[in-house]
Amino acid sequence: MRARFVMSEVWNGLRRNLTMTIAVVITVGVSLALFGVSLLVRAQVETMKDFWYDKVEVSIFLCNDNSETPSCSGGKVTEAQKAQIETDLESLKPLVQDIYYESQEEAYDRFIVQYRNSPIVDSVTVEALPESFRVKLSDPTKYDIVASAFEGRPGVEQVNDQRQFLDKFFQLLGGLQAIALVIAIAMLVVTVLLIVNTMRVAAFSRRRETSIMRLVGASNFYIQLPFLLEAAIAAAIGATLATGGLILVKTFVVDRVLAPAFQFTAFVGWDAVVGIVPILFLTGILLAGLAAFFTLRKYLRV
Amino acid sequence: MILFERVMKQYPTQTRPALDDVSLEVEKGEFVFLVGPSGSGKSTVLRLILKEESPNKGRVWVLGKDLNRLSNWKVPTLRRQIGTVFQDFRLLPNKTVFDNVAFALEVIGKPRSTVRRIVPEVLELVGLEGKEGRMPDELSGGEQQRVAIARAFVNKPAILLADEPTGNLDPATSEGIMKLLDRINRTGTTVVMSTHDAAIVDQMRKRVIELEQGHLVRDQSRGVYGYSR
Repeated sequence: MRARFVMSEVWNGLRRNLTMTIAVVITVGVSLALFGVSLLVRAQVETMKDFWYDKVEVSIFLCNDNSETPSCSGGKVTEAQKAQIETDLESLKPLVQDIYYESQEEAYDRFIVQYRNSPIVDSVTVEALPESFRVKLSDPTKYDIVASAFEGRPGVEQVNDQRQFLDKFFQLLGGLQAIALVIAIAMLVVTVLLIVNTMRVAAFSRRRETSIMRLVGASNFYIQLPFLLEAAIAAAIGATLATGGLILVKTFVVDRVLAPAFQFTAFVGWDAVVGIVPILFLTGILLAGLAAFFTLRKYLRV
Repeated sequence: MILFERVMKQYPTQTRPALDDVSLEVEKGEFVFLVGPSGSGKSTVLRLILKEESPNKGRVWVLGKDLNRLSNWKVPTLRRQIGTVFQDFRLLPNKTVFDNVAFALEVIGKPRSTVRRIVPEVLELVGLEGKEGRMPDELSGGEQQRVAIARAFVNKPAILLADEPTGNLDPATSEGIMKLLDRINRTGTTVVMSTHDAAIVDQMRKRVIELEQGHLVRDQSRGVYGYSR
């Protein structure tokens, strides 16, 4: 194997076919960047799930004097009912991880902090707010068990799962991710077709060289290697561009725009980007290599 | 060295076989002319020896190998032992004389030191010393064919195939090329040369195999081109 000779052939091939090389680099770059962004969105959804599912609680709101639901027909929740609910919650361990009782006063304090800039604060009294049990689950997806146990029970006004609101939001993000992924796959198909065509043109424009190589007994591997390396190098340059794009997205869109605007939630960290980059390189080089390999098998016969 | 046993070759697009029931044998160290009009099957014989084509019937043996049974991945090894020269030279226009010859060694993975040692030797043998740095289009036709012969011979092949090597050259230049092929033949290399050039065949007085419409019509040692001139 003559590494230097092969590399000079590769370099000449890339240079002589410069416009096609640039086209391949750009399409690989754009499609991989999109692919990377869709992976980043998925990582973002995962990050937010980790962040929020850790914090979400099931709230069991208890009846107060103003409650109108049928289960509250007995008026304000009694101490006995509260004690019973608490024991029942305890019996649901380990699914129920933490139980926290929030009194009307605490609810009021939290309310006026949360809505401190709103005129509604002035019209709310301590008695208007419900007492509640805040329950943290070890597995937030098993909300139904808690809901069915307490929903409709005398003294319980409502069982509320914060996760349901989040899930709508995650579905939206998931939809965005799916769109990005579909576009990325379409672009990758275009890329593969372009590489197939590029290899065909390259094989044709170098038929003189390859015919001589065959004649003097160069092995198939040796004849195809420069073409495969050209495709792989173009793909690697494209993947580098895509990586650059991903870094820009993370730096400017996520860190400079989204994170300051939405401080209540967590955003993907650089570890997600670092995890995606090798996938981009691998996908790009593998796709280009395979596309080139199967094209050459057809056009560079012994 | 080369043995054809009742070889039939039919190209898919043609009605008449390119070769029909051809048997011939070439011994080691022989110099053989393949003669016959265009389309008589000369090039097909050469292509079969290189395993660029396979016969429809019969067997081709080259260097002790039955080519029908030679697997595809061993074909390069076979071709390394066969040098080939064409009428149109087939040099790489963007490489120098030295690089054109070196190319044949590089693509089979020979180390640089070997290339640096052997290429000048071969260029000297074909009479091109001092022209290593020239580009093919700066050379005359005869010189270009010498480069092609150098490239074919640089691996010291056991067989040299020449497909009308003097077809594009004037008689004086052709004579020089023939002397060169004769010299290569005397190093022990078997030479099979297809040609239209009657003067050369008559002058060399080597074995002549004549084909006509795919049939072998004459096999004569120390023959002449033919009677139908």
